[in-house]
Amino acid sequence: MVHMRPQDILLPAAAGLCCKPGGFHIDPVRPVERAVITHGHSDHARAGHGAVLATQETLDMMRLRYGENFAGSTQAIRYGEEIRLGDVSVKFHPAGHVLGSAQIAVTCKDTCIVASGDYKDARDPTCTPFELVPCDVFITEATFGLPVFRHGDAADEVKKLLASVALFPERAHLVGAYSLGKAQRVIALLRQAGYDAPIYLHGAMEKITEYYQSRGIALGELRPVLGVKKAALAGTITLAPPSATSDLWTRRFPDPVTAFASGWMRVRARARQRGVELPLVISDHADWDGLTTTIAATGAGEIWVTHGQEDALVHWCKSLGLRAQPLDLVGYGDEEESETPLQDEAEA
Amino acid sequence: MNRFAELLDRLAYEPGRNNKLRLITGYFREVGDPDRGYALAALTGALSFKHAKPALIRDLIASRTDEVLFGLSYDYVGDLSETVALMWPRRSANNVESFPGHPSPPPSPARGEGARRNAALSASTTANSESQSDGGTSLSVPSPLAGEGQGGGYRGRDASDALHPSNHNNPPPPTLTEVVTTLRTLGKTELPKQLERWLDELDETGRWALLKLVTGALRIGISARLAKTAAAALGDKDPHEVELIWPGPAPPYLDLFAWLEGRSDKPVNRDPAPFRPVMLAHAIEDSDFAALDPADYVAEWKWDGIRVQAVAGRDDRGHITARLYSRTGEDITGSFPDLVPSLRLPGAIDGELLILREGRVQSFNVLQQRLNRKVVSPKLIKEFPIHLRAYDLLGDDANDLRELPFAERRERLETFIGRLGDPRIDLSPTVPFASWEALTAARADPASAGAGEDADAVEGVMLKRRDAPYLPGRPKGQWWKWKRDPHIIDAVLMYAQRGHGKRSSYYSDYTFGVWTEGETGDELVPVGKAYFGFTDEELLQIDRFVRRNTTEKFGPVRHVVHEADKGLVLEVAFEGLQRSPRHKSGVAMRFPRISRLRWDKPPREADRLETLEKMLKAEAVEVEA
Repeated sequence: MVHMRPQDILLPAAAGLCCKPGGFHIDPVRPVERAVITHGHSDHARAGHGAVLATQETLDMMRLRYGENFAGSTQAIRYGEEIRLGDVSVKFHPAGHVLGSAQIAVTCKDTCIVASGDYKDARDPTCTPFELVPCDVFITEATFGLPVFRHGDAADEVKKLLASVALFPERAHLVGAYSLGKAQRVIALLRQAGYDAPIYLHGAMEKITEYYQSRGIALGELRPVLGVKKAALAGTITLAPPSATSDLWTRRFPDPVTAFASGWMRVRARARQRGVELPLVISDHADWDGLTTTIAATGAGEIWVTHGQEDALVHWCKSLGLRAQPLDLVGYGDEEESETPLQDEAEA
Repeated sequence: MNRFAELLDRLAYEPGRNNKLRLITGYFREVGDPDRGYALAALTGALSFKHAKPALIRDLIASRTDEVLFGLSYDYVGDLSETVALMWPRRSANNVESFPGHPSPPPSPARGEGARRNAALSASTTANSESQSDGGTSLSVPSPLAGEGQGGGYRGRDASDALHPSNHNNPPPPTLTEVVTTLRTLGKTELPKQLERWLDELDETGRWALLKLVTGALRIGISARLAKTAAAALGDKDPHEVELIWPGPAPPYLDLFAWLEGRSDKPVNRDPAPFRPVMLAHAIEDSDFAALDPADYVAEWKWDGIRVQAVAGRDDRGHITARLYSRTGEDITGSFPDLVPSLRLPGAIDGELLILREGRVQSFNVLQQRLNRKVVSPKLIKEFPIHLRAYDLLGDDANDLRELPFAERRERLETFIGRLGDPRIDLSPTVPFASWEALTAARADPASAGAGEDADAVEGVMLKRRDAPYLPGRPKGQWWKWKRDPHIIDAVLMYAQRGHGKRSSYYSDYTFGVWTEGETGDELVPVGKAYFGFTDEELLQIDRFVRRNTTEKFGPVRHVVHEADKGLVLEVAFEGLQRSPRHKSGVAMRFPRISRLRWDKPPREADRLETLEKMLKAEAVEVEA
């Protein structure tokens, strides 16, 4: 049997990660004929492809964002399901990043490459836990690829939020959180911590949150914040897209405490730069420990590192004797920076 | 230590004064003695021990981590203490170290049994990796960093695991008391080992606070006054009461907290030279005069120096102790050793610190050369001779005069200064006047109204009710300050930044500039920053203008259009100017504020840098001398 070189199976191209023998791209940033998509965040799941293969949840999220005709055709795939595409087989495994997020294992002959998209190995009540997939080549993100990023238990961060609500009952707590995934995780964590008061939502996150609920994720009583009297918001918690927490929109809240749930909050200067008063270190990406442990545990001898702090992670891999290289893919990033504010919708 | 660290961390993000107070008082309520006492000492700057050098911290982290990873991390974070706190790898329980760059043996080459086995284990176990590697199975994956990371890689971790990281055998983290008392006595050679132990025991925030504390870089925007006010709130006491017994008690202030919690009597201030809370004045408005009778008031010059309290008292053995306090009660004696010998009569003088050369009061800019100096050289003392100009007498020997009317205290002050007979301390003269018109004239021309050649150092006049006792704070209707008209220029708004707290949704911090000759013709150069002076309504107007006229954004800062015909002219009032190599324009303003919005004025008609330079020449000749 002829041994395939990994780069014969997957190769970075202008449109994204291209699988020639399978005839598809993974998370393409430009319209392509056949796209295989890891998860629903807008930098990974774009509109305008010919055919899209993704989990049902990811397809639903794309439909919510882009409308019915976001792709020529769609095909849903379950975790653990294997599909033959051209000369390769493709199998989806949970990535633990957001609802419906998947790692994509591409196998050609005896070589297996796992494109993990975005992933985290931490507990998240709103999605299927990360699954380790042994492979030959592991493609990892590096959003938090520096050893300074070590995110504690998210439940402790939520306790911090609740302690602040108890200390400042006359103020509103405004939690900036990415609309898809983070917001629902924060709500679920609040419920697990025993917080059963209604939680208020910025207009921009209502639709996606309703979708989570429709998939059986219990989030308790949620209310739109639109139209609620200022005084009534004292002592309450409202979730909003990060961009909204520093804007005109906040004037409807009584002396708001601005919180922000993000892995970036680990670094104080970043929190301060955004004017955050209560940083909550809650990340949907693996932290340094998560990245390094996962990389090692896949047993892969070769590591490709995409978006984020590639240098440090590549250095770490090499010091371990692994073959490692940065994969220059453009167009992916921190979702919160690519999220477009929908405040007009909320102001309306 | 972890709880104290949590407080510091939260304070560092909290912009509002009242909210800071709530956080500190909450901490005092929740944390027992003696930790809270040492916390109060740390917040009031009352802790003293030899600080660790940054080089020591670098050596510590170098012994534990990979150099390249540290370099990349430090670049990213930009703060040594924080970088080290964040990436500090703990030793795990069985002392198997695994950290960046010092890895455990490499993983099995491909999809080995080990990894598969591991994957299978992940579903059911929450234990750490050490306990998984039983029976000699070649689970040769590197152990995770023993720490508080969120994930456990393939290990399915749950909350309890993360709350209690895999260091069950490790000692508990040190308390603040342990840290402070140990640092006081620790020898220099023992410090690195001790720090290392603590870093292993503390969580991230704890490590950060520890490193800030030991390097002496605990800057969190809390004044000693604020910390004392928070302590007072614990027992619903007036903060002045706490000030009055300060600095009598010593850390950890057990008697202070006992009193605040109603468990014992008020501690006695045994300090022979204690600080007395300062009395402040309200700014007078034109409309206030109608209700005031000139006969009820004494007027005096308001000198442009530093308001201080100079206190001398006898200790148990009859020796004189002398201290100089700022108006917030900070002990600034160390910066002015040349004044101490003059404070030889027991008493408490409220006055203004000035520089006098050949009997002439120098400008504030000159005085500034003596402020915030760590080392006060003989040369500095000689070139910038310090002087105290007395306004009031709060205590005469052991007698507290604060209950007496001002007129009576003034008489006692005159006697006291006469008795002292010291060239470094003199009386601030009163300004005789019969009507508000007469005082208006005096204020407009201090030189002919008694201030003579010192007129330039007069900032305005003070009005004090003859019958006013010396009351702490800013009591209504007792003292008024009536400043001379400030300097005014028209400048152009260049950049705007969001405010804090209640103002966080408003662009309320403004950088403004004036015109100067550039390489390609006239250009605006920033000359200052102001964030008050405007009304709420004006704030809304400027905010709207900023949002509609932003040309670029840099983080929280907006670049606002400022061209010859497009932009907003701000009338800026300020108290003084000085040269500043740190500013591109070469000048820095004192106390700038927005006095008016000049919607009517096109930016091209705003002032030029030359105007400021002229003012500067008039003001700052003395500095260069």
